[in-house]
Amino acid sequence: MSERVLFRGARIVDPVAGRDEVADVSVVDGRIDQVGPGIEAAEAEVLDCAGLVLTPGLVDLHTHLREPGFEYKETIASGTRAAAAGGFTAVSSMANTDPVTDHAGIVAEIRDKAAEAGAADVFPVGAITKGLAGESMAELGEMVEAGVRVFSDDGNCVPTARMLRNALVYAKAFPAEVVIADHCEDASLVEGGHMHEGVQSSSMGLAGRPAEAEEIVVARDLAIARATGGRIHICHVSSARSVELLRRAKRDGVRVTAEVTPHHLVFTDDDLVGYDTNFKVHPPLRTAEDREALRGAVADGTIDVIATDHAPHAVEEKESEFDLSPPGTIGLETALAAVLTHLVAPGIVELPRAIEAMSAMPARILGATGHGGSIDAGAPANLTAFDPSETWVVQAPFVSKARNSAFLGRELTGRVRHTMLRGALTVADGKVRG
Amino acid sequence: MNRHVLSMHDLTADDVIRVLDTAESFREVGTRVIKKVPALRGRTVVNFFLENSTRTRISFELAAKRLSADVINFAAGGSSVAKGESLKDTALTLQAMGADAIVIRHSSSGSPLQLTKWVEGHVINAGDGTHEHPTQALLDLYTMRERLGRLEGLRVAIVGDVLHSRVARSLCIGLVTMGAEVTLIGPPTLIPPDAPTWGVQVSYDLDAVIPKLDVCYMLRVQRERQRLEYFPSVREYNRLFGLTGARAGVLPEGSLIMHPGPMNRGVEIDSDVADLPQAVIEEQVTNGIAVRMSLLYLLLGGAADRVDDADV
Repeated sequence: MSERVLFRGARIVDPVAGRDEVADVSVVDGRIDQVGPGIEAAEAEVLDCAGLVLTPGLVDLHTHLREPGFEYKETIASGTRAAAAGGFTAVSSMANTDPVTDHAGIVAEIRDKAAEAGAADVFPVGAITKGLAGESMAELGEMVEAGVRVFSDDGNCVPTARMLRNALVYAKAFPAEVVIADHCEDASLVEGGHMHEGVQSSSMGLAGRPAEAEEIVVARDLAIARATGGRIHICHVSSARSVELLRRAKRDGVRVTAEVTPHHLVFTDDDLVGYDTNFKVHPPLRTAEDREALRGAVADGTIDVIATDHAPHAVEEKESEFDLSPPGTIGLETALAAVLTHLVAPGIVELPRAIEAMSAMPARILGATGHGGSIDAGAPANLTAFDPSETWVVQAPFVSKARNSAFLGRELTGRVRHTMLRGALTVADGKVRG
Repeated sequence: MNRHVLSMHDLTADDVIRVLDTAESFREVGTRVIKKVPALRGRTVVNFFLENSTRTRISFELAAKRLSADVINFAAGGSSVAKGESLKDTALTLQAMGADAIVIRHSSSGSPLQLTKWVEGHVINAGDGTHEHPTQALLDLYTMRERLGRLEGLRVAIVGDVLHSRVARSLCIGLVTMGAEVTLIGPPTLIPPDAPTWGVQVSYDLDAVIPKLDVCYMLRVQRERQRLEYFPSVREYNRLFGLTGARAGVLPEGSLIMHPGPMNRGVEIDSDVADLPQAVIEEQVTNGIAVRMSLLYLLLGGAADRVDDADV
């Protein structure tokens, strides 16, 4: 017997097809069957979607799932369940695992575990350098054959211009578009630093990570991409001047994409005054001026993608002294609501553009086939339905194993109700299944 | 007064005057044969020192003991994390011991503030990372006021590694609160870029400033900073920013030379200068006990506006 699900009366926002209208969507055997008004409900599980927004399933370009190696922080199972809870049908998995995701064996292991868990598809990101050591290139070809499309030493900046140049050039060998993604912070300027360098870091007595540490690496990477024709992606942009560099490079035709996190779009270094370690992130939260530039860059497409940089840590690691705490905030379960509350509701970013930045764009970069596409008959049924008007307060526990959220205690408007992965509901009525 | 003393920002000018006035009463206790008053009998003060510090810990210990409080020294070589225990767990342990006040010294900026989230007792910052050291500032203010008779309008230079100095941060805030005129002097690499917003002057020329000073306050310079390229050599540092005998000779009559200790003789201050009569460095140490008694008393002693004669 075939599995049928009917989304009844949702506002369909499909940035790829340019559709924004109220309609029904029926799903049969994992694929979208019909889209339109008044679809027959025969033998279908009917989800009343009046007042809800239905979009392509969200895709996260920047997720730390921590497995293998750091299962006490998060596992593939718990991380993908958190993803589903946040409306994601696909996530990446950053390479800073232990062992490092720098060869095909680990890629396969992560994929297998994700398939077994079944809450979201996982597209592993491979390391650019062996062991993330920045010294010798990992075997990119083997990982490309295993399906990897994005390479990053995230957490570390690619340390030398030569290494980055060679990776960008070497990646041209492959028929698929392979993306070299960089965490842009000059190590010599951020060594020992814990927050944005400015008035706030000075009064808090914390060594800073200056904005120029990011900007000089963004400029370096763009110069090399321009010269080589390589395909570069700038991770978690945090500074207004980086945005300017990107804007100019894009105008000049450099093959570059960029992402920003919800926390950089919402918070500033003023939020650190209480030494709350959940606001300790790399790159750091900067000034209101930087935040405004980042918001504008999402609106005009200079920044292509909103990605979470979901970085789970154990409670005891984050309940430590500020300088000793590891950097990172979780983000999968709050990303959509944060974007709706702080970018869409105030009219800074149109809803279709926000959804595009969280589904179609990251899916394209990640090579996540079947995700982030148009809501059309025949397409894989990867869908997210959310209530744009439900207001809630972010509280622990989370679906994630971790609770280090910068959004703890914050009121957000917009909540995921249903998430569907290839026709199966991973979240139904706000509850994660399985 | 604020429940906790984490930063000099927690104290108003009136608070500072109250602490200094009360310290004056306690200063006399230290000159007696029996240096003890019953003011805090039955109260528990925990000295929670996660960074090596003999002088500040002993000063707080003596202060609490002279007030008859029970004192627990809870020291550890490294951080709580290094021992595998979170700061929170350590805090809850101190709380379970029934600490009325916790004096914390820690290499991590902000740890005293974090502690206040987990304990009920009063928290006193005895130095946190490169953030603040408010009791050092109070004892310095006490010493200046006692020697020079006022704080308002005093011309004070703070010389050296301001960027990494918790002493400089707290003292700046305190001096500005009390209406003094502060000039920060040091290599530009060791002066915080936002210093002009602190309500102080910045100069890189010690010789130009020194003839007009009431107080020349020298900061300790760690040789480690040279490795990190903040300045080229100790020799050049001493030549440009050290308090040499020649410079001390240009200081106006009656001005003070101060240093929070421990000194690097021959680096920021020449040995002979440290022993001049206007160098009040040991006096700062002595005053520290009275000031810390005053602070503990005001925080724990209840609402009394004045020190009861019976307590003193």
